[in-house]
Amino acid sequence: MTVAAQAVGEYLADKASVATSSSTPHNVVIEARDLNVHYGSFHAVRGVNLAVERRKITAMIGPSGCGKSTVLRCFNRMNDLVQIARIDGQIYFQGQNIYAPEVDPVEVRRRIGMVFQKPNPFPKSIYENIAWGAKINGFKGNMDELVEHSLKRAALWDEVKDKLQQNALGLSGGQQQRLCIARTIAVQPEIILMDEPCSALDPIATLRIEDLMQELSEEYTIIIVTHNMQQAARVSDYTAFFMVDEGRTGHLVEYNETKQMFTKPADQRTEDYITGRFG
Amino acid sequence: MAREHFERELTKLQDELLILGSMVARALQESTKILKKQDTIGARRLIADDEKINTKRFEIEETALLLIATQQPMARDTRLLAAFFELSTELERMGDYAKGIAQITLYIGQNPLVKPIIDIPEMAEKAADMLTDALDAFINRDVRAAYAIAQRDDEIDVLYEHVHHELLKIMIAQPDQLDQANYLLWAAHNLERAGDRVTNICERIVFTVSGKQVEMTGVGREELVS
Repeated sequence: MTVAAQAVGEYLADKASVATSSSTPHNVVIEARDLNVHYGSFHAVRGVNLAVERRKITAMIGPSGCGKSTVLRCFNRMNDLVQIARIDGQIYFQGQNIYAPEVDPVEVRRRIGMVFQKPNPFPKSIYENIAWGAKINGFKGNMDELVEHSLKRAALWDEVKDKLQQNALGLSGGQQQRLCIARTIAVQPEIILMDEPCSALDPIATLRIEDLMQELSEEYTIIIVTHNMQQAARVSDYTAFFMVDEGRTGHLVEYNETKQMFTKPADQRTEDYITGRFG
Repeated sequence: MAREHFERELTKLQDELLILGSMVARALQESTKILKKQDTIGARRLIADDEKINTKRFEIEETALLLIATQQPMARDTRLLAAFFELSTELERMGDYAKGIAQITLYIGQNPLVKPIIDIPEMAEKAADMLTDALDAFINRDVRAAYAIAQRDDEIDVLYEHVHHELLKIMIAQPDQLDQANYLLWAAHNLERAGDRVTNICERIVFTVSGKQVEMTGVGREELVS
């Protein structure tokens, strides 16, 4: 049995402890096991077990301060950059604990890319924004083709193909965010993490990103944190609901198929949250 | 086009509704052929097959509910999803009418028929044709066609009046045949109601497209058509 298969097997055997999920992923690409995060003395994430299905969209929702963004950042070791953060537990990516001492966090971040809340293109040309990551990762192929392919996959090519040398900061917010997605795709990741990717965008740009996410999920695994519960309902295949209550932050209440979560949630607290009864 | 996923899901749901519609249209036509041939084996099969219609109806409702819960439909999309509930219910009830006619076939069994079965299959043909056309109008959001289809219900009503009159005469002249005449009257009544339900579907088409609640029966219909 491969390490990955073992991880899945153990996960399924242990699924009773995984929140209240009644429908568990069966083709797991990344999995948090007993994940705990402290910022100094503050216990931000508690005992989270979460297995993410390959080439699906998994949304993490919950009220502010519930720990969902912290969990997201653990998936590609972004919390390493926070000096006071302490991470306990494991995150298995294709059978390998990414927090093992021999693992290079830079390589983790290449294979598990991230798109942030606010579009953050480099103050360089559109072309350079895509080419830069590939260059520093030692890309030896045809750069023009890579740029075109990445921009096409991000549904941006038609809008920018005649101005590739223009500064990326001249693009609209929605275009900039799609450029950031193209930049992430260009280094050929397996997972794309998205932290509130539409919160700075208008509704039309938001819907374009959502359509794009659904297209990309045919090729990539996407994990998205969103404050917008409706967005989670619209785009995701699985939803994880995190909660914060008195003295207890960052615990996973329910993890389920999105269609189940938004029609017949298993946990009363989830029902209360998604129907606006609290949070 | 924005919201491609939602559009795809709506198209799939429409396809499912069309499948349900064709199952019901076929059941209506089959039920009267079975009645005419006094085919009790066919009748039992049709009664059993009604379960498939019921299942399809529930599937459509579940999917429509899921889309409402996850896709936040607004305006026309909300009306469209509401229409799926109403249409699938109408179709399921029409399936019950066909099942009822099959049940009547079993009640009559091999007893000689009190009259030739001619108008009743014609009613079923008309109702099935109306239904097929109404679902096309729904898919095409064609209000004009919806009004025209609803008018065709009058043809079914005329046939029903004819059958009704004929069977009443039999009941009076041959009281020993009252049971069978009554069964046949119920079969005709089921088909008359099927026509009414297609009219309800036509009303939903108008509502889905325009947001206007209309009544397409009797005088009201004439007022709306003019």
